[in-house]
Amino acid sequence: MAILEVKDVNKRFGGLQALGNVNLSVQDNTVHAIIGPNGAGKSTLLNCLVGKLIPDTGSVMFDGQSVLGRKPYEICQMGISRVFQTPEIFGDLTVMENMMIPLFAKRDGAFRMHAIEAVSSEKGLREEAEKMLDEVNMLDKRNMHSASMSRGDKRRLEMAMCLIQKPRLLLLDEPTAGMARADTNNTIDLLKEIKAKRDITIAIIEHDMHVVFSLADRITVLAQGTPLVEDTPENIKGHPKVKEAYLGEAA
Amino acid sequence: MLGIKGKDLTVFLLVAALALLAPFLLNPFPVDSAMAQFNAGYPDLMQRFVIFGIFAIGFNILFGLTGYLSFGHAAFLGVGSYAAIWMMKLLSLNIIPGIVMAIVFAGLFSVVVGYISLRRSGIYFSILTLAFAQMSYALAYSVLTPLTGGETGLQIKQTDTPLLSNIPEGEIGRANLFGLEMSDSSILRFANWEFTMNVGYYVCAAVMIVAFYLAIRIFRSPFGMMLRAVKSNQQRMNYTGLNSRPYTLAAFVISGMYAGLAGGLMVAMDTQVGPERMFWTASGEVVLMTILGGAGTLIGPVLGAGFIKYMENIVSKINSTVLHEWFAFLPDGMEDFMVTIFYPFVGKGWSLTLGLMFMAVVIFLPGGLVEGGQRLKRLFRRKKAEDDQSSAAKTPAE
Ligand SMILES: Nc1ncnc2c1ncn2[C@@H]1O[C@H](COP(=O)(O)OP(=O)(O)O)[C@@H](O)[C@H]1O
Ligand SMILES: [Mg+2]
Repeated sequence: MAILEVKDVNKRFGGLQALGNVNLSVQDNTVHAIIGPNGAGKSTLLNCLVGKLIPDTGSVMFDGQSVLGRKPYEICQMGISRVFQTPEIFGDLTVMENMMIPLFAKRDGAFRMHAIEAVSSEKGLREEAEKMLDEVNMLDKRNMHSASMSRGDKRRLEMAMCLIQKPRLLLLDEPTAGMARADTNNTIDLLKEIKAKRDITIAIIEHDMHVVFSLADRITVLAQGTPLVEDTPENIKGHPKVKEAYLGEAA
Repeated sequence: MLGIKGKDLTVFLLVAALALLAPFLLNPFPVDSAMAQFNAGYPDLMQRFVIFGIFAIGFNILFGLTGYLSFGHAAFLGVGSYAAIWMMKLLSLNIIPGIVMAIVFAGLFSVVVGYISLRRSGIYFSILTLAFAQMSYALAYSVLTPLTGGETGLQIKQTDTPLLSNIPEGEIGRANLFGLEMSDSSILRFANWEFTMNVGYYVCAAVMIVAFYLAIRIFRSPFGMMLRAVKSNQQRMNYTGLNSRPYTLAAFVISGMYAGLAGGLMVAMDTQVGPERMFWTASGEVVLMTILGGAGTLIGPVLGAGFIKYMENIVSKINSTVLHEWFAFLPDGMEDFMVTIFYPFVGKGWSLTLGLMFMAVVIFLPGGLVEGGQRLKRLFRRKKAEDDQSSAAKTPAE
C-alpha cells in the first residue's frame, strides 16, 4: 500500500521550473531514497510534502488524505515528521526538554493551556523520553544544554525528537551531510536499527551513494526537477540513464 | 510545598519575605541620621516597588520566555487603571471589583492588540505594539475625554457616589478593602528608628506574592516550556506539531492581565489616573526593569523594578546641598571639585546614572543583575573551595 502519493506536482520559482510533473509513491514500511545532483529539486519536493511550500499544481496524499493547504503543524499531527538538512533543535533548552516538547505535542495536540501543572510531575513522559534517548545513545547527555553539543549529536537528538512522536512517515533531508565517514556509518547503523524496531516508513534524501545503497528499498532518481527512474538499488546502480545524469557527474 | 520545590521554593520564600519585611528592610537608618534620605520604607514608594514588580513579572512571561519584545505594555496598565477608577466611581470603593475589572479589561484589550501584533515578529512586532500604545495614549488624551477625563485624567470627587458605598455627606470617598482604608498606617518606633506599616502596601505585597507564585508555576509548566520553545526555534516547534500562535497570544494576554492588575492596584493606592500612564516611556520602563534585573529569570524583574524605582525616587532627591554635606570633610577646593563631578549624576540627573548602569549591565552582564549575583556566588564558591584545599594541604596526613 502506498502511504505517500505524489501526483503531477509542479513548482516554479520565477522562471525556474524546480519541480516538473513529479509522480512518486512511497510504499508503507519501506525505506525510499530520493537522489539526484545538487539543485535537482529534492529539498523543494520535501518542502511540498510538509506544508512549507505549496505546489503550483498536482496533489500530495498521505494515508489517503491530502496534505495540501495544511499548516506544517497539522501535517506533523497527521504523522509526518521531518529532520532538516541542518539540525533544527531547541538550542536554548536541555536535551531532556527537547524530548519533552514533542511528547507534549503528541499527547496534548497543537495547543493546550497547561500552565499550572508542573513538567517535573510528568514521570511517565520522562521515562518514555529516557528510553528513546537510550536508543540513540544519548542518555548520558540528557541534562546538557543542547546548543553546546556536536553536530552529530544534534542530528541524533533531532531524529530522536521526531521518532518519539511515533510518526508513520519520517522524512530525512541529507542526514549525513557534512559528517565524517565514521559518523556517517554510525548514522546508517542507527537508521537500520530504528527501522528494524518499528513500523515506520522512511523517505530519505541523500547525496551520499554509500548511505543510499546501504539503506534504501527503493530509489527515485531526480534530475532537473523530474524523476528519471524509480527502481531497486541493484537496478539503479547499473542504470545507464542514472549514470549519465548523476553517477557520471560524481565519477 | 505549594507545588513548587527546590530552588524555586527558596526564591519564592525569599521574595515573600522581602515583600513582607520591606517596611523594616527599607528603613535601615535612624530618622535623624544623615543617611535617612536613603530610607525607602515609606508607603508610597514601597507600593510602587511591588506594583511595578507585578508589572515586570508579567512582562517577563512574554518577553523573558517567548522573546517577543512588546513596546506597548503601558497601554494595558492604563486600561486597567481606567477600568478600576470607573468601578470605584460607579460601583464600590472596595478595591476588589476595581482590580478584577482592571484585569478583565486589560485582558480583553490585549487579546485584540496581541492578535494583530503577533502576525509579525521581531522589530515589527515591537513597532506594532508601540503604535497601539501610542494610539491608546492619544485617544485617552483627546477623543475619549468623556471616558478618560482627557489631559487631566480621572479622580474620585465629592460628587461620586458609588452604588454600594455609603459616603457621609460632603466627604470624598476613599479606597478600602472591606472597610480597611488603603491609606491607613501605623507607625512603629524603636529608639530612633521608624517603620510605617501601611494597609495599602500590604495589600499590594500580598497580591505581588500571589502574582509571583503564579509566574513560577507558569515557568515550570508545560505551557512555560512551550513559550521557551517559541523563543528558541519556532520552525522546529511548527514541525513538531505545535501551533506557536496561540501559545504566544496566551503569553501576551497573560502579561497584559498582569499589567492590568498593576494598573488597578495603582488606582487602588492612589485614586487617580491620567493618560501619561500609557505614554511610551512607561512602556520602555518595564522593558528596562526586566532586562536590568534579568529577562527570563524568576526574580530578575522584581529586582529590576525595585532597583529602578529606588534610583528614581532616592537618587533623584540628592541635591547639591546634600553633596556638599557629604564632601564637607574635604578641603574647600576639593569639596567643590567632587560636588561638580558627582552633581550631573544625582538629582534630576538620576536617569543619566540609570542609563550608564543599564549600558554596563547589558554589555558586561547580559543576564542582568541575576547574572551578576550568580557570578559573585561562583567567585565566592571558588574562593572557598581554594581555601578548603589549601587548608587541607596544610594539614599533615595521619
Ligand atoms: N525558495 C526558493 N526560491 C527560489 N528558488 C529556489 C527556492 N528553493 C529552491 N530554489 C531553487 O530550486 C532548485 C532546486 O533546489 P533544491 O530543491 O534545494 O535542490 P536540492 O535539494 O536537490 O539540492 C535550485 O535551483 C534552487 O536554487
Ligand atoms: Mg537540498
